[in-house]
Amino acid sequence: MRKTVNQKAWFFVLPVVLLVAFNAVIPLMTVVNYSVQETFGDNVFFWAGLRWFEDVVTSERFHDALIRQCIFTALVLIIEIPLGLVIALAMPRKGPWVSVCLVLMALPLLIPWNVVGAMWNILALPDIGLLGRSINALGIEFNYTREPIAAWFTIILMDVWHWTSLVVLLCYAGLVSIPDAYYQAAKVDGARPWAVFRYIQLPKLRHVLTIAILLRFMDSFMIYTEVVVLTGGGPGNATTFLSIDLVKTALGQFDLGPAAAMSLIYFLIILLFSWLFYTLAMRNEAR
Amino acid sequence: MNNTDILSWMAWTWPTALFFVFILACLVTMSVWEYYVPGGGPRHGILRLDTTRGDRLFISLLGSAFILLAWLGFLGPPLWFGCAVCILFAIAVFLWV
Repeated sequence: MRKTVNQKAWFFVLPVVLLVAFNAVIPLMTVVNYSVQETFGDNVFFWAGLRWFEDVVTSERFHDALIRQCIFTALVLIIEIPLGLVIALAMPRKGPWVSVCLVLMALPLLIPWNVVGAMWNILALPDIGLLGRSINALGIEFNYTREPIAAWFTIILMDVWHWTSLVVLLCYAGLVSIPDAYYQAAKVDGARPWAVFRYIQLPKLRHVLTIAILLRFMDSFMIYTEVVVLTGGGPGNATTFLSIDLVKTALGQFDLGPAAAMSLIYFLIILLFSWLFYTLAMRNEAR
Repeated sequence: MNNTDILSWMAWTWPTALFFVFILACLVTMSVWEYYVPGGGPRHGILRLDTTRGDRLFISLLGSAFILLAWLGFLGPPLWFGCAVCILFAIAVFLWV
């Protein structure tokens, strides 16, 4: 039978191509143009060549922000992915509690990021905040505005509270889509809960876990609003992540050239990690 | 308002325009290649990954970006030798990855 070739389908893709061009490709091109020039405003630009890239890759400030960012993202992934999976496994699959659990899990995701930052700002205040005051009452000195470890602890806790729900909901959707026949077969074979998890649930969740890791990686690598509202990047620069450093450079100092170069390096790092995660997950799938 | 005014906010320069023309040329070349030799030339290369020629172009471009950044960081400009390393890297990727 001869295969029908119909190129008209391309016209249906055209609106998406145009949308992506306007909201991603053209701004990205502009950032590339800015990254090799210097401007003092009024739309006047001077050629700077690769100077900004050289400045950024040799800048200690950028290295520090990148290291902080990598540590933060690693901690967030190490905590949120297993925790989300465990909560999803513990959630009921049938009955009235399903809706209650799903609504409770979805609530943190519905709260705007700046409100999350403000909430945790108040909650963790050492003198009047419930969390800060409770920790101090235990005899542990806790002041996130003064101590870097306390600031990191608060930020990690805030991110876990805000985003673990996303992992839970993704894993839960993956779990309920596993056909009952698998569980019945496992029951017939007398499989223990761990064996069911290891040989049925985990392999079936591979795709949603890949998506969860990718989403959490990209989101945590670009975290900005919550941290700015909570700590403003402090104390000192202890919680100044890449995005905060970028905004300080671009809007605080109005150094558009270095900020553009930093944005591109930032973009390349995210692209590299996303590709690595995706490729490794797909390689395991191919096996 | 003439055409240059319309695009002035994008702050175009000749080198960046040439860079994007190069990227576009790569995409057009890959499309033409795919038209004449369809299927993407899938292969299980030395990285033990299943790659098509599109994947190999992506790896070449992304790898080249990091090679040039590393060159700038460790050795500084000019980047001509760095570009030569990138070309060798891309050839190696297309041959073996």
